[in-house]
Order: sequence, then structure tokens, then C-alpha cells
Amino acid sequence: MGNEDAVFFSRVLTELTLSFHIIYATIGVGIPLMIMIAQWVGIKKQDEHYILLARRWTRGYVITVAVGVVTGTAIGLLLSLLWPNFMQLAGNVIALPLFMETFAFFFEAIFLGIYIYTWDRFENQKKHLLLLIPVALGASFSAVFITIVNAFMNAPQGFDVVNGQLVNVSPIVAMFNPAMPTKVAHVVVTAYMTAAFVLASIGAYRLLKGSDHVYHKKALFLTMKLGLLFSIVTTVLGDFSGKYLAQYQPEKLAAAEWHFETEKGAPLILYGVLDNGEVKYALKIPAALSILAHDVPSAEVIGLNDFPKDEVPPLYIHYLFDAMVTIGMWLALLSLVYVIGIWRNWRFVLRKWFRWLIVLGGPFSVIAIEAGWWLDEVGRQPWILRGIMRTKEAATTSGHVDTMLLLFACLYLILGVGSVVVLSRMFRKNTVEQELADRASENVGDEL
Amino acid sequence: MTLEILGISVLGLFLFGYIIIASIDFGAGFFNAFSTVTNKQHILTKVIQRYLSPVWEVTNVFLVFFFVGMVGFFPKTAYYYGTTLLVPVSIAIILLAIRGSYYAFTVYGGLKHKRYTILYGLTGLFIPASLSIVLTISEGGFATMGNSGPVLDYWALFSSPLSWSIVVLSLTAVLYISAVFLTWYAHHAKDEAATNLLRKYALIWAGPAIITAGGIIVEMRAHNPEHYQRLVDLWWLFALSVVLFAGTVYLLWKRRAYGLAFGLLVGQFALAFLAYGASHYPYLLYPYLTLYDSFTNRSMAIALVIAFIAGLGLLLPSLYLLLKLFLFNKEYVEGKRNDHA
Repeated sequence: MGNEDAVFFSRVLTELTLSFHIIYATIGVGIPLMIMIAQWVGIKKQDEHYILLARRWTRGYVITVAVGVVTGTAIGLLLSLLWPNFMQLAGNVIALPLFMETFAFFFEAIFLGIYIYTWDRFENQKKHLLLLIPVALGASFSAVFITIVNAFMNAPQGFDVVNGQLVNVSPIVAMFNPAMPTKVAHVVVTAYMTAAFVLASIGAYRLLKGSDHVYHKKALFLTMKLGLLFSIVTTVLGDFSGKYLAQYQPEKLAAAEWHFETEKGAPLILYGVLDNGEVKYALKIPAALSILAHDVPSAEVIGLNDFPKDEVPPLYIHYLFDAMVTIGMWLALLSLVYVIGIWRNWRFVLRKWFRWLIVLGGPFSVIAIEAGWWLDEVGRQPWILRGIMRTKEAATTSGHVDTMLLLFACLYLILGVGSVVVLSRMFRKNTVEQELADRASENVGDEL
Repeated sequence: MTLEILGISVLGLFLFGYIIIASIDFGAGFFNAFSTVTNKQHILTKVIQRYLSPVWEVTNVFLVFFFVGMVGFFPKTAYYYGTTLLVPVSIAIILLAIRGSYYAFTVYGGLKHKRYTILYGLTGLFIPASLSIVLTISEGGFATMGNSGPVLDYWALFSSPLSWSIVVLSLTAVLYISAVFLTWYAHHAKDEAATNLLRKYALIWAGPAIITAGGIIVEMRAHNPEHYQRLVDLWWLFALSVVLFAGTVYLLWKRRAYGLAFGLLVGQFALAFLAYGASHYPYLLYPYLTLYDSFTNRSMAIALVIAFIAGLGLLLPSLYLLLKLFLFNKEYVEGKRNDHA
């Protein structure tokens, strides 16, 4: 196998692993916060339904976290196995947040172990809720630290290269690179948003499939409210991300927007197809790209033609951008209509077709996450470390990457199918109605 | 103490921690599967699962710590080991994934399958075997520098008596460590039948563990004379280690103080690990890579050490809480409480 092949298969294996891991990782970052909110509402309102909601979410969460742990270990090791040259450089400059991520994860793992095995152990339920705080913090900080590493790949700083040697390394400056604030905020908040919409999707599905229990209605309303909140924050952060890109990675912004000529008052191109370098069937919003990039309608935005040909990312990232933004906007709108509809007693939000839209929101939000990460990773090409190291220089020279790709593909297939089967069995076997009845009879037993 | 030594000591600590708790975990899975095949699961399964369930993720983190720390303190290892270890470590990852998913799918998810339990038990043997290859490669002679980078000579690796001795040592050590710990745990749980069975396993595996450990030193003489000489110079550490080993076996034999027996075992392995590590100094990979030429820059090293100390300040109390609630909580250990979500 030549080196070209090794690079190609290393890329495919990394893409596959990340695409699979990110589903579990995103859910794993977002759900602890949802559990915390539900349990807190339950304690405040003394409402058994919210407590049970937290408890059932926890059971599902444990499964996704376990798969997230193993795929996370896989990607952690694969980085060194597939991109040894990159990791050698990265180890010198950006190892600090990687190292801190393991601490955050350790913290989360310890308290998750405690939390799931101490339901009903405490007289005071608030004590049990306290144990969840380190879980949620650990999960979110894992995301923060790992995203810092990714931000560094997009906007490396905190070192100098003199005669091929790394000098003047400053780990802190490397961590607080220009990409870090927007990227970290975007990743963490969209994880909360995705978790909310995935859980809302489950609640809506249960309501559609015959269970008319008030438990599901409470679950749906709570998660849609949270989904609305986080999608509004995401929209604001999206605007900041545009400004970051315009200043620090203009080629990525230009490629994502199919912006070829440098111009003032640049239009924002949505959708469309690219035919021999010509944009067709697109929606053009005048001056919107200039506003997104610089807040001023007349501002100049650098176009793709001003960059060297071999430093421009593939143009298909425009579709990824479209998918991500469209889904984000759609979910914000959907949750807004639902929440207002419940308050104002609009009948149509309770109809079947509307609930199906909410069910679709779960898978859609996961697709948006995938599109976002692909946009980020492909949009950085041809670089692995922007401006410093190209992806093809970073890959392993080993000749067995293709075989490993096959093995890992089988593994992810098994894990994916397994987790879906187990999760659906777990909740179908033990319905909410049954569990509420069981708990009621237990409580009677306690009083007697 | 130089930063290099401090760095490798931190990593050594994590590696040792991983070796002990992962051995307990791997061995427990194997004994669990073995008891399923021999229809003794009513004796072992409960006590083993009660121990394993809340701690397995923590076990995994020790490994992650070790390799992330390795890349942090000694970035050049990413280049040398990353390139050569693609196949063995990928296999280990896949086996670890099967193990992790066993918890997800059977313990938490209720998907009970005898075949899965057996597969799970077997991964407990194959993971240490595949990970132990890293130690073998570090002795040199298997990885050579090609034109485009380091290359692993698979044939040399698979035909070397040294690599097979290390594989066998990893297996016997896993079973021995695990059996001794679980004897104590079962005794703690007042589970007479499980204690007796596990004590028997511990005594069975004690001999093979010490014999294979001694065998490695002999193999080393032919394979890496320089390392062998340094090992022999530290004979007194190994002698102390053997004394502790004798203590463990004696206590098990006399059915006394199982907790102390496990403590002595940890001491035995700690001394042997220390002696092995010290004799390996200064090489990380014979003869290409030493601690010093692979070390990171000074500012990163200091940052990592500070992060490590701060992290420990956070983790030690948390680990203490975990142990207090599950390992040393009588009601939980004896199976009177479950409280699972």
C-alpha cells in the first residue's frame, strides 16, 4: 500500500470514527443537563412524574455513555495511530487540554457510577441531585477541552517554528486561540439543543403510539421549552462564528458560502447547485454575507479566487452548511410554535401531523450535528493544522490501515445496532404506566 | 528530580494503577464466563457483578490517562509507537469496545446471552495479551527504521520466545491478581462459597504467575543483554517482591487476613514494576528513543504537572467517595442494596 492509500484510508477511518462517536458524545454531553433539570423540577414541584422522567432518561443515558466511552477511547488512540506526525507536533503544543479532558471525563465517570447506583439511597432527594452536578460538569468540560484542541487545529498559535524546530511554546496561548470561544460555545450549546430535541422526539413518539399519559406531555413540553431556549442561543452563536471565520479562516467561509469574487455588499447564497463553477437555482440574500461576516452591509468579503488553488477546501461543504443552518432554523421555529401553541391553546400543535414533525426533529438535530462536524473538518482541508501541517503529511506510513478500517466498520455496526435494540427493548418492556403503578404499590407497602 | 523523571513517574503511576485494576476487571470477567461454562455461576456471578458494575468506566479512564499523558510528556512516542502499533492496538481497542458494550447491553440493558458472557470473558484474556505487545516492542529488535518511518517486523515479533513469554505472563498475572482481590471481596461480602472457590483459583494461579515472571528475566538475557544486566543489578528489589509474594500465598493458604494478602500482592507487583521500569531507564524504545530526546518542551511539562496536581486534588476525594459507597459499604457489598436507576 502506497502512502497515498494510507492517507486516504486514515482519513476514511477517522471520519467514520468521528461520525459515529459524535452521536454518542453529543447526547452524552447534553442529556445530563436535561436529567438534572427534570429531577430538579420534580423535587421543586414534588411531582413524581418528573422524577421518573429523570430516572428513565438516566437508564438510557447509561447505555449511550458506555458506547461513547468505548468509541471515545478508540478515537483517542486512533489519533496517535493514524496521525503520528500530527500528534507528535500536537503533543508538544496542545497536550494540556487533552490531558485535562481525561480529568473531566474521569470526574464524570466516577460520579456517574455513584449516581446511577444510589437512586433511593438518600432520604433527602436533593443530595442525590447534587451527585449529578459533577456528572453534568464533567461531561460539558470534556466537550470544552476537546473542542479547544479542535479550535487549535483551525487557528494554531502559541508556538514558533524556527528551522523546523518548535520554540517558544506556550500551552495557555495555544488553548486560548481565536477559534476557541465561538467553537466551544457552539459545540456545547448545540449538544444541549440536540439532547433536548432527541428527548422531545421520544416523548412525541410515545404520544403518537397510543400512550396518552400526562407523563409524556410533561416530558414533551419541558424538552421543547429547553430546545427553544438552546436553539435561540445557537442562532446568536452562529452569527459570532461567521465573524470569527471572516477574520481568521476566510477561505473556509468563502467555500461554505460559494463566494468566489471578493466584493463589497456580498450576498449570502443558500442552497443551489454548482454546475461547472457556476451557481444555479440558489437563493441569494443581498448583502447578508457581509452582515454575517462583518456586521456591515457594505463590508468587503474576500472571495475564493483570492486564495491559492491548493489551499481551498472542497466546495461541497456548502451543502453541509445549508443542512446545518436549515435544520437549526427549522427546529427553532418548530419549538417556538409549539411552546406558544401550548400557552395559547392552539389546537393544531396537539395534532398528529405536528407531533410527527417533532418526532422527526430528533433525527434531524443529529444530522445537523454530523453536518456541522463535517463542515468543520472538511472545511479545514487541505490542512490538519491550518497553515502549518497538511493532512497528507500527517498520516501514518503503516500499510494496514485498510484492514483496520474494515474491522472498525464492523465494530461500529454492531455497536450501533446493539444500542438501538437494547434501548428500544428497555423502554418497551417497562412502560411508564407500569412503572408508575409499581412505584405506587411499593409506596403503599412502605406505609403499611 | 528532573522533569523527565517526574513525567515518567506520573505515567508509571497510572500504568501501574491500570495494570492492577484492569487485571481485576479482566480476570473477574474471565472467572464469570468460566463459571457460566462450568455451571457454577450461582456461586460467582452475583459477587463479581456487584463489584464490577460501578467501576468499569473508571478502569478505562486509567488507560486513557496513560496514553494521553504519554503523548503529552513524550510527544515523540506518538510518532514511533503510533506508527508501529497500529495493528495490535487497534485490535485491543476493538476488544475493549466489546467489553464496554457488554456492560451497556447486558448489565444495564438487560440483554442476557450466554455467548456474550463468554465472549466478554475471553476479551479479558486477549486485551492484556495484545496490550502486552507494547512492552515487548519497547525492548527493541522488533521495530526498525525504514525509509518512510518506523516499521514493525511482525514475523520477528510472532516468532520470538520473549513476546510469547510476556503474553503468558500477562495472562497468569491477570488471573492471579484478580483471584486474590475477589477472594477478599467475596469474604468481605460474607459469601462463603464464592470465597472458597476464588481462593482456590488464587492458589492455582500463584505458581504460574511467579514462574512466568522469572522466565521473562531469563529470556531477556538473550534478547536484550543491556537491559538484562540492569535487571540483575536490581536483584534486591525482585527479591523483596518475591518475599511479598510468599506472604500473600501463605495468608491465602492459612485462610487469614485476605485484605492484607491483597495488599502484599499490590506491593509485590509495585516492586517488580518499579524494578522493571528503573532498569528500562533511560530507554522508551530500545535503541531509538530515550526519555530525554523524546521529552516535551519545558513549559508544556510544567503545565501538565500543574494540571496533574490540580486534577488529583479533584479526583482523590471522588475516588474515595466511590470506594466508600461501593467497595466498603457493607449493605451494598452484601447485596442488600441495589438502588440502580
